[in-house]
Amino acid sequence: MSNQPVLQIENLRVSFRVHDAYYAAVDGVSLNVHKNEVLAVVGESGCGKSALALSIMGLHPPAKTKLEGKILFHGTDLLSLSVHELNKIRGKDIGMIFQDPLTALNPLMTVGRQIEEGMDFHLSLSSLEKRGRTIELLERVGIPNPNQVYHRYPHELSGGMRQRIVIAMAIACHPSLIIADEPTTALDVTIQSQIMDLLRELQQQMNTGIVLITHDLGVVAEMADRVAVMYAGEIVEMADVYTLFDRPLHPYTRSLLQSIPSAQHPKERLHVIQGIVPPLQKLPRTGCRFRSRIGWIDESEHEEQPILREVEPGHFVRCICYKNFHFPHDHIGDMKYGIS
Amino acid sequence: MEFLKVNHLKVYYPIRSGFFRRVVGHVKAVDDISFQLNRGETYGLVGESGCGKTTTGRTLIGLIKATAGEILLEGKDLAKLNRRERSYHRKDIQMIFQDPYSSLNPKKRVLDIIAEPIRNFEKLSPQEEKRKVQYLIERVGLHPDSIYKYPHEFSGGQRQRIGIARALTLHPKLIIADEPVSALDVSVQAQVLNFMKDIQTEFQLTYLFISHDLGIIRHMCDRIGIMYRGQFVEEGASQEIFNNPQHIYTKRLISAIPNVDPRKKQEQIKLRQHVEKEYKLSWQRYFNAEGKAYPLKRISDTHSVAIL
Amino acid sequence: MLKFILRRIMMMIPQLLILSILVFALAKAMPGDALTGQLAQSPKMDANTLMEMREKLGLNDPVHIQYVRWVKNLLHGDLGLSYIHQQPVTDLLSGRLANTLLLSACVLLLTYLIAIPLGLVSGRWQDSWADKLIVGYSYVSFATPLFIFALVMLFVFGFKLGWFPTGGSVDIQVEKGTLDYYINKFYHLLLPALSGALIGTVGIIQYLRSEIIDTKVKDFVKTARAKGIPESKIYSHHILRNSFLPIAAFLGYEITGLIGGSIFLESIYSYPGLGQLFLQSIMQRDYSVVTALVMISGLATLIGTLLSDIILSAVDPRIRIE
Ligand SMILES: Nc1ncnc2c1ncn2[C@@H]1O[C@H](COP(=O)(O)OP(=O)(O)OP(=O)(O)O)[C@@H](O)[C@H]1O
Ligand SMILES: Nc1ncnc2c1ncn2[C@@H]1O[C@H](COP(=O)(O)OP(=O)(O)OP(=O)(O)O)[C@@H](O)[C@H]1O
Ligand code: SF4
Ligand SMILES: [Mg+2]
Ligand SMILES: [Mg+2]
Repeated sequence: MSNQPVLQIENLRVSFRVHDAYYAAVDGVSLNVHKNEVLAVVGESGCGKSALALSIMGLHPPAKTKLEGKILFHGTDLLSLSVHELNKIRGKDIGMIFQDPLTALNPLMTVGRQIEEGMDFHLSLSSLEKRGRTIELLERVGIPNPNQVYHRYPHELSGGMRQRIVIAMAIACHPSLIIADEPTTALDVTIQSQIMDLLRELQQQMNTGIVLITHDLGVVAEMADRVAVMYAGEIVEMADVYTLFDRPLHPYTRSLLQSIPSAQHPKERLHVIQGIVPPLQKLPRTGCRFRSRIGWIDESEHEEQPILREVEPGHFVRCICYKNFHFPHDHIGDMKYGIS
Repeated sequence: MEFLKVNHLKVYYPIRSGFFRRVVGHVKAVDDISFQLNRGETYGLVGESGCGKTTTGRTLIGLIKATAGEILLEGKDLAKLNRRERSYHRKDIQMIFQDPYSSLNPKKRVLDIIAEPIRNFEKLSPQEEKRKVQYLIERVGLHPDSIYKYPHEFSGGQRQRIGIARALTLHPKLIIADEPVSALDVSVQAQVLNFMKDIQTEFQLTYLFISHDLGIIRHMCDRIGIMYRGQFVEEGASQEIFNNPQHIYTKRLISAIPNVDPRKKQEQIKLRQHVEKEYKLSWQRYFNAEGKAYPLKRISDTHSVAIL
Repeated sequence: MLKFILRRIMMMIPQLLILSILVFALAKAMPGDALTGQLAQSPKMDANTLMEMREKLGLNDPVHIQYVRWVKNLLHGDLGLSYIHQQPVTDLLSGRLANTLLLSACVLLLTYLIAIPLGLVSGRWQDSWADKLIVGYSYVSFATPLFIFALVMLFVFGFKLGWFPTGGSVDIQVEKGTLDYYINKFYHLLLPALSGALIGTVGIIQYLRSEIIDTKVKDFVKTARAKGIPESKIYSHHILRNSFLPIAAFLGYEITGLIGGSIFLESIYSYPGLGQLFLQSIMQRDYSVVTALVMISGLATLIGTLLSDIILSAVDPRIRIE
């Protein structure tokens, strides 16, 4: 490949210690992000999206987490770096945007100071230059009266404004990669669309790669170039956004798409994925993790150890059953005895 | 006769300040809204955070006192009834809350949670009570044995269904659902939404469905009211509002919904930019000097807009 | 801000007024009056002289007149006469007030000096052996009552080892105003202050520890780490600042509590301060002194609360004072 990916994750496994045993929340994930590309990671609550994002930034508490595999950033394995070495990269070459802009900002520091703080360590600028650059950043993320807002505290700003501040912080040192963990989930729809537009605009200006974590398929469709669908710590399907929405193959992807209300067929019954995502300690560690939730599929259709295969160029699916997969015809059974 | 009629409802919260907690002003959370619900329909209340949706819902079930206006349930003004009549009528309106995790008492068994409203109103023998609760719990799709379990033993969707079962115990006619699925995952959301539709016909329920998610509102509602800063800016049949929005605020809300078709990406962005431009240019047409909406004006039998 | 403080001080007036009525009523309700105490000292006084004196002192006037006179005197700094000590209460208090303030300040200073570093270490290196040691210490000192601990300290370091003086606030032979005098004064102060501080640290250590543990998993700390800020700066700029907030607010209330605490310390170390005087006066029914002391501690409480509010609003931008 001509241009090397910005981020290359190989067989990443993130395990958390619970009562002296480790349980993998991210289990063998491999993916690439290129320059100027938005890779969306979608999946339901608890599937390991945040665990993945935090491991790239090295933000897991080391005493309680085990990280295995490789996270190559421009070829350097982030997992092999000391905290000191990592600090030279995060905040400078990798920026992060968090879900809740209220809690993500220090309540006792002016927002201007919080944006500047990262520059203190990554760029050698005079305080005047830093100030100028911060004002410029505030302007760039669409904040009116940047000179005044510079001196404001987070609680004096609205949710949308706060998220703009968080974004300004993430792009302060021109990173080549941005990790955005549910950047619009805590916001109102109109604010969400503004933030999405802003992110897209910034990405195009700076040619950054973005890992966009979300559970909202609408956000995926609008923002992503490529999509990785996660279920229970594994990637079950990965493809470019058009392929994924045109020809979703994995039963989980198809179920997800069926379960959101559609604009085209408003009043139609929604598809319900049976059962629940098992908690971390109870995840099946062998065989297919989704099996129990598509009970109507014949046992013989399953693969013993489903692996991710490239079924067409750039389209990866974990499973063989997609070939014969179908939804049950009656939905009546959906609601019966939800406890298994 | 309309099933529920709300006339010029106002709910103001006092702003207190100083050492004597003097009232120095008011938050006009709901500022003169009127609407009506027909029997058996689902009426959606949409708007951005803080526009007064929850306040409206809580005022209807009597958790908050209205500052002005009347609420007529089957023609009776709830505020004018005496206490006995009122508690009798209150049974007809129940509420489902947003957070299935905190709205159920973790220390109580499902049996006690669901039976609680019955105990306040009816005297049943333990056997009758148990039978009734089991009937309800089966109706919401849970196993009858689960009445002896505690809330934490259930998933989010199941907990929300327990909340619904509790709301159903007194055979209400109207259910106010305040963001019933906002805290849930998409697949679980689907489960609860389907279920709410199922029981609507079975129990002949009328819903007031509160949400900020227009996708869900479109899926669930027959008619909707769009709220902005305590007022309605547009009201009418769901399809008309989505296909032919008239108020700039409504247009803005609808254009902000992300489209689940990646091929419409550019189109969607253009639409948004267009609406945004119109929003800036035509502000005066839609809002008065104080930034408040105008009174609603009827533009067809099933569609009203707040314009001059 | 200034307006706020002024208004708060204005607010204190009715509070003090209520307090004064309570104190006055209490003193009146007590068996006997100012003269009964004196009577105990000179039992030969006959009933006639007593009546005369009562009349002279205005003790036969209606209650409200007595109250108004009392308040008037109070405002002029005249706190009445101590019948035990046979001198104006004001004179009696002035020296002791300084002593108590000094002791309280020392206790406070030592408390924070000990508690903050311990709390920091404990919170930052949670579950390390140092943390376990500190938590152990705080449990022990939590379980030990102040007066027992002070007695033990006095016994061990004062009497057994003889490292510290066992009473008084200064030796009589040193000359007032010299450097020696101040050193000597401090020397007397150290043991009682240390006893008070070692017991007083518990609350602050535990509070600071749990604040830090709570704060370090907050989202904004993650944000700071994601900016690539070194760990030491993360603590100094983000975690500590936020963890100190409630401690700072505590300071004002701490002052309030010190007055109460000084009763034990001063009595055990026979330190001539207000606390010791308070105990004595209650036992000897020297009411004019008791009422004066209650008024003073009431005032201190109000000032402490005010201080808390001012500190909190100064360090937390979210608390705005209009
Ligand atoms: N520090 C931790 N210790 C133990 N388990 C954890 C920890 N953090 C996360 N988990 C578990 O790991 C799994 C993945 O969590 P993660 O936060 O990555 O989910 P997510 O996909 O981001 O979900 P959401 O959409 O709710 O944010 C969950 O089962 C979660 O309970
Ligand atoms: N108890 C209260 N006291 C004072 N003001 C209140 C109170 N409850 C709500 N408000 C204010 O009233 C307005 C309407 O609040 P409400 O909760 O009804 O909004 P909402 O539409 O339900 O918003 P959300 O989508 O965030 O739930 C808001 O400005 C809110 O700050
Ligand atoms: S075949 Fe089995 S392994 Fe493959 S997706 Fe279907 S359920 Fe999972
Ligand atoms: Mg997450
Ligand atoms: Mg609400």
